Amino acid sequence: MDENVRREILLDHYQNPKNKENVEDERYIKVNSNNESCIDNLDIYVLIENGIINDIKFQGEACAISTSSTSIMITNLLGKTIEEAKEYIANFDAMVNEQEYKEEVLNEGIVYNEIYKQGNRKKCALLPYIGIKKILKDYESK
Amino acid sequence: MNREDFPMLEQDIVYFDNGATTLKPKCVIDKTVEYYSKYGASSHRGDYDIAYRVDQEYENTRDLVRKFINAKHLEEIIFTAGSTESLNLVTSGFFKNLLEPGDEVLLTKSEHASNVLPWFALANTNGIKISYIPLDDNHYVTLDNVKKMVTPNTKVISLAYITNVIGDIRPIKEIVEFAHQNNIFVVVDAAQSIGHIKTDVQDLDIDFLTFSAHKMCGPTGVGVLYGKKELLENVEPMLLGGGMNESFDNEHEMYYKELPTRLEAGTPNIAGVIAFGEAIKYLETIGLETIATYEKKLRKYLVDRLITIPHIDLINLESDSGIVSFNIENIFSQDIAYYLNKYGICVRAGNHCAKILKKEVGVNNTIRVSLYFYNTIEEVDMLVELLMDKDKILKEML
Repeated sequence: MDENVRREILLDHYQNPKNKENVEDERYIKVNSNNESCIDNLDIYVLIENGIINDIKFQGEACAISTSSTSIMITNLLGKTIEEAKEYIANFDAMVNEQEYKEEVLNEGIVYNEIYKQGNRKKCALLPYIGIKKILKDYESK
Repeated sequence: MNREDFPMLEQDIVYFDNGATTLKPKCVIDKTVEYYSKYGASSHRGDYDIAYRVDQEYENTRDLVRKFINAKHLEEIIFTAGSTESLNLVTSGFFKNLLEPGDEVLLTKSEHASNVLPWFALANTNGIKISYIPLDDNHYVTLDNVKKMVTPNTKVISLAYITNVIGDIRPIKEIVEFAHQNNIFVVVDAAQSIGHIKTDVQDLDIDFLTFSAHKMCGPTGVGVLYGKKELLENVEPMLLGGGMNESFDNEHEMYYKELPTRLEAGTPNIAGVIAFGEAIKYLETIGLETIATYEKKLRKYLVDRLITIPHIDLINLESDSGIVSFNIENIFSQDIAYYLNKYGICVRAGNHCAKILKKEVGVNNTIRVSLYFYNTIEEVDMLVELLMDKDKILKEML
């Protein structure tokens, strides 16, 4: 991927993150995603209806990689079924952890395909996924 | 100064995170190796020559610490694993037995977690009340504000000598004098000050002082609790076990040793303590006054350059220590730390364990540069140049 394109996508999602809004709707499940080794701290709100992710919002303070990763993750998960969401997440995880993955399901998430080169930033890209996985697991166990 | 003494500086790095830990000079590293390779026996076993040497070296460090902070008695120096353990020992071993419901402890909002959480725990177990000395416009503690907060129930004032985000040097002597007139104990967390400014516990008349070796060129895993002898006599050991007991037969008959051994259960960090002695000797050779003067000069140079950059918001413009905290407009502090890392510059980003400070200062996170004597004008220039161009930061931080 062209470095300038990558940078542009990342910066755009950092400076103008999508779905960064407050939620005061009890139908949303809330989860906090933070990382003990860094200072990022995100609240993620998810609305799942009939097995479909109908909405996700987030709030909080985080670095450029975490913020953009959250914004991109949300964009990609909106409207997906739980199964589709899990597939996306598994592929994203695999990419960041240098395992085999399906490029075609990741869309803009592909901008993190070289994040493994910066070991200390891998956790930033994965931060929102910690929260979303928790929510999906809770939802499924209900 | 003295850069050639630090093997870490042979790498291409600029180390500005001295508030977290300092680098170690070769003499300290060599001393650690010397213990493990020449007389690596346990302590308190004087029956063979190398064990005797261990005790001599170990106790020699105790005396070096005593002289370094001008304590009166050798047994006033207790070795711990670090400042955190020291603070926990004094709170749980002394104040837990002393404080009653309604007693008050004064802290400030800029204290490090280790001078906050042990007191919070006492609030829960003992029903003590925690109050905060208000900070002035520079986020400093003033004697007047201490006086305003003291009530007849105030029993303890527990403060950092130098704070780790603001870097202000507290007027400890005046505070202690006032506190003692009112029968209030003073605990001083010297983690950030001990390797930077001279501490004289007798002159300051401090009741308890805590610090870590690794923030003063010594090894990690070693710290000190200093306490006035008559107070330490009443500190109950947090750890029971080998080394600290004199004899025991059953649960009704157990006898502990005298100070300082009573408070040093288990096999200590022998290599660390012995090497810590070298760190003290090393700092004394350079001289704490020389260090303080140099740091102050370097800090002023850094601050004078940073204030000319419009997108930089300095949190602590004034401060006599080597700590400079700032933010860059609309960029998360951690991104700056990553950006600087690309040029080998090590800085800290975050809330620096002072999590109750954020409301006081109005920002959650900062970039912190903490200087030491081996930092140079050239390093500061390099940092400033990299921070000047915001477009470059935005381009390269990812």
